[in-house]
Amino acid sequence: MKQDVFMLGGQEFQSRFILGSGKYNVELIQAAVENAGAQIITLAVRRANSMGEGNIMDFIPEGVTLLPNTSGARNAEEAVRIARLSRELGCGNFVKIEIMRDSKYLLPDNQETVKAADLLTREGFVVLPYMYPDLNTARDLVNAGAAAVMPLAAPIGSNKGLATREFIKILIDEIELPVIVDAGIGRPSQACEVMEMGAAAVMANTAIATAGNIPQMASAFRKAIEAGREAYLSGLGRVRERGGEASSPLTGFLRD
Amino acid sequence: MKINGVQKEYSEGLTVSEMLIKEGFQKERVAVELNEEIVPKDDYETIVLRVADVVEVVSFMGGGSK
Repeated sequence: MKQDVFMLGGQEFQSRFILGSGKYNVELIQAAVENAGAQIITLAVRRANSMGEGNIMDFIPEGVTLLPNTSGARNAEEAVRIARLSRELGCGNFVKIEIMRDSKYLLPDNQETVKAADLLTREGFVVLPYMYPDLNTARDLVNAGAAAVMPLAAPIGSNKGLATREFIKILIDEIELPVIVDAGIGRPSQACEVMEMGAAAVMANTAIATAGNIPQMASAFRKAIEAGREAYLSGLGRVRERGGEASSPLTGFLRD
Repeated sequence: MKINGVQKEYSEGLTVSEMLIKEGFQKERVAVELNEEIVPKDDYETIVLRVADVVEVVSFMGGGSK
């Protein structure tokens, strides 16, 4: 089998599992990253705590690419401000745009996201926009110079699975950029399914963070994502709408 | 001046670097914004804060989305 490399922002990755670092104890991050086989981890930018509390940077294994998000931003200007701060923290130029005005469903504001993508690519960022899976927006993001699109499967943190399945399929079919399915994926089987569909990668946080055993669930997701990817690359077998088709020869030999 | 939303009674003349030490921040783990403009790390020793300044000191924390 030839090596399957995931190119993102000019970098090569082997793993197609982007892990979130929210909602769990920083001391579990290393085990989660290792079990997930993740090479990219998302982080948030917040007001610093001066109490000498454990800094998350001390817990992330070396060599992992950091993907800061702009969570907390309500418009493009705020997202740009957060992205600049994250770059100043000195961990590369990847940024995941997240802009939300709605606090109940946490749905992304596509229009502001396109604006922010345009501004941030001009400043040299590798832009990964979290978005509602809409084809026109995805095309605008391509034109804005995004490195990928990150459509949601279901509301953030809901673990509800592939509520937007048909629309993600459209993006996979029509958009040349990597489609990274983000938010709402609650189980390894759902991660596997989007990978079978041809998604380039999966991002998950809450599914892992709210699992009974965090490192073990990270491992389960890793396997599911790898299985789905391999299935996609191999080409799924066809579906027969009616009737069956024997896999074993039906020619009788007992009654000859 | 206001640091991370809290009014502080520092006298004028404090550098960014001195402020970070007084406030107990780890210089290498934070980014600083002064009146909504980023302060490059190289300027921490030279930029002097004024009473009316609004300073934000941020760092990374765990986060997936939201």
